[in-house]
Amino acid sequence: MPLSTQSQQEDQQYVLVATLDNVRNLSNILKAITFKDHAIFNATQNGLKVTVEDSKCLQANAFIQADIFQEFVIKEDSVGFQVNLTVLLDCLTIFGGSTVPGVTTALRMCYSGYGFPLTLFLEEGGVVTVCKINTQEPEEPIDFDFCSTNVTNKVILQSDSLREAFSELDMTSEILQITMSPSEPFFRLSTFGNSGNAHYDYPKDSDMMELFQCTKTQTNRYKMSLLKPSTKALALSCKVSVRTDSRGFLSLQYLVRNDDGQICFVEYYCSPDEEVNDE
Amino acid sequence: MDYVATGGNVKVLAKAIHSLSRIGDELYFEHQDDGLALRTVNSSRSAFASFFLSPLFFQRFHTCPGHTFRCKMPVKSVQSVFKSLSSLEKTVEKCRIEWKPERSQLTFTLHCKHGLLKTHNLSFQDCESLQAVFDKEGCPNVLRAQPRLLVDTVLNFPPSLEEVTVSVSGDRMWLKNHVEDKTDQFKAMMTELCLSSEEFDHFSVSLQTSITFCLKELRGLLVFAESTGLPISVFFDDPGRPVVLSVSDSVLEANFVLATLSEDAHQNNNNNSKRASPPTPADDFMCDDMDSYLIAMETSEIAGASSQKEPQPSSSHGPPMPNHRVFLDSVMEEQQQERDEEEDLERPPNKKFRSLFFGSVSPTPSQVANQTTHSQDVLASDSEDEG
Repeated sequence: MPLSTQSQQEDQQYVLVATLDNVRNLSNILKAITFKDHAIFNATQNGLKVTVEDSKCLQANAFIQADIFQEFVIKEDSVGFQVNLTVLLDCLTIFGGSTVPGVTTALRMCYSGYGFPLTLFLEEGGVVTVCKINTQEPEEPIDFDFCSTNVTNKVILQSDSLREAFSELDMTSEILQITMSPSEPFFRLSTFGNSGNAHYDYPKDSDMMELFQCTKTQTNRYKMSLLKPSTKALALSCKVSVRTDSRGFLSLQYLVRNDDGQICFVEYYCSPDEEVNDE
Repeated sequence: MDYVATGGNVKVLAKAIHSLSRIGDELYFEHQDDGLALRTVNSSRSAFASFFLSPLFFQRFHTCPGHTFRCKMPVKSVQSVFKSLSSLEKTVEKCRIEWKPERSQLTFTLHCKHGLLKTHNLSFQDCESLQAVFDKEGCPNVLRAQPRLLVDTVLNFPPSLEEVTVSVSGDRMWLKNHVEDKTDQFKAMMTELCLSSEEFDHFSVSLQTSITFCLKELRGLLVFAESTGLPISVFFDDPGRPVVLSVSDSVLEANFVLATLSEDAHQNNNNNSKRASPPTPADDFMCDDMDSYLIAMETSEIAGASSQKEPQPSSSHGPPMPNHRVFLDSVMEEQQQERDEEEDLERPPNKKFRSLFFGSVSPTPSQVANQTTHSQDVLASDSEDEG
C-alpha cells in the first residue's frame, strides 16, 4: 500500500480515515450528484453518505458503503462536515482521472474533526499530492419523509431503456410528467414542449421492467430543471427504481456498479410540481 | 390519414428529415394520393429540397380518398422524434404517422424494442403547397455518381467552406472552392480536384460550363444518399440557373434544387480591375441580368428587387443573397408577407449595425466619462469594504 507510510501516531489524531486503491470508485459516484457546490458529508460505521440539495425541492444522496474502502476507520458514532463538492472533485481528479486500465490513483482521506480541513493524500505512479479542503458548518439535510410504507407505486427498470428516453426528452418542456398506473399506460413519461407533447410508455411486461408494483393511478409533474441532474446518475447506473409516495414525492434510486464490480447507490428525491387531477 | 413505415424505412424517413433539417427551418408536409411529400426551403430561398415517398414505401398508406392534407411545422420538432439515429436503427421497429381531422396535431408513434412506445403529438400550421419550378429533363448536363464518390470528393474541402465551383468539360469535372473576395483569395487555401468521367455512372455534358453553389445542401443530401446507398444525379445548365441534385429509387424520390451564382458574379470575381468600385457592379448586376433569371415567382421578383439594393460588399452576415435565386411557384400570400418581413428584417440589420456603430462612436466622450466614473465608484466602495 503506497499510502500506508503514514505513521500510526499521525493517524491517531484523525476521527475519520478512509483509503481507496482506486479513487474513481469515489469520484465517479460523487459526479452523479454534482449539481450544487455544497455537499454534506456524514460518515458512520456503515460508510459515507454524501448529500446535495437544490431549492429545498431536490435532494441527492450518494451512499458509499464502508466495505468499498480498503480501510475505513471512524472513531465517533457519526462524523459530519460540509465541503465544496466541486473543489473536492477537482482534487480527487487532480491526476487527470485517467481511465487507462492499470493506472489508478490511490486515496487516503483524513479528517481530524470539527474545524479541521479535510485532508486528501492522492498518489499515482509514486507521486503524492496532499490537498486540504476547508470544511464548513454542516447543515441539516432536509427530511423528505419518504417512507417505504407510504409508497404507492414502484417500478424497477434497466437503466438503458430510461437513459434512451431521458436523452431524447424535449427539454423545452418545463416539466416532466410521470404517470404510474396498474392499468394502461402503466409507466409513462410525458413532456409538454414548444413543438407539442410527447409520451414514452413502458408496458409492464417489457423485458426492461424488472419489477412493476403499481397500486393506484398517479400522475405527478416534476420540474425538468430539477430532474436534469439525475441523468448523471442514470448514466452511471445499471438499474433504477422509480417510486412515488401518496403525496406524489418522487424517489429515484440508482444502482451503480463501480470499476471493481461493487455496488453503490445514488438516490434522488424530488417534490412534485403541482397537484394534477387524475384524468 | 395514417401511414406506417417499418424496419429500414423508418431509418430512411429519419435520414430524410435530418437532411431536410440542414436546409430549412420548416417542414412542409403534404399528403397526395400518390404519396407523401416532405419539403423545405431555406430562409434566403436559394435552396429547396423535397422528398417524395410513394405509397409502397409505407406498410400502410391509408387516407380518406380525395382528402388532401397539408401542413408545415418546425423541422426541429419533427427531428426530435427521430433524435438519435443510431439508437433508432437498433430499437425502432415501426413508425406510424397519424392525423385525424378533428385534431390539430400530427401524431408520430415509434414502436420500439421491449415494448417501449414513443408518442409525439406535434402542433402544425396550415399552409399552401410549397413547390419549386425546375426542369431536370431540360438540363443539358447530367451526371450520375455513387454517393461514395461525391462524399470522398466533398471531404477534401474544409467544413467551413460555403460554396464550391463545379466545372465540366466533355470528359472531366473539376471542383474547386469558391472564394468570394479577391483579397480572401490570397489568404484562403485553394483546393481543386478533378474527376474523370469514368468515375461516374453516367456523364453527359453538352454544355461546357462552370457553376457555383452552396455546399451545405449538397452535404445534406449526401448524408441521405450515403446511408441509403443510392446514386446521386446532378442536373445543371448555365451559371445562374438552378442545379438539381436528385436521388431516387422505386419508392422514393428526393430533389434538392439549389441556386447557382450567376455569370456576372463570376466575372466580378475573375475581374480584378472591377474591384476598385464595388457598388457599381452590384447595381449593374441588379438592372441587367437578374430579371431574366427570375422566372416564375412574382413575389420573389418584388422582394428580390428590394433585396438587391443592398450594397454587395457589405454581405458579411451571410451568403451573397442577391446572386442566389431559386424559382419558386405558388407560395401563399402569407409566405410572401413573411418573406417581405424577412427581407425587411434582413436589410435593416446592416443599417442598424452601422447606426449602432456610429451611435457608439459619437457620444464617446460622455460615455467614456460615465463609464470611468462608474467604475471608480465601484472601486471605491470595494476598497471601503476591505478597509
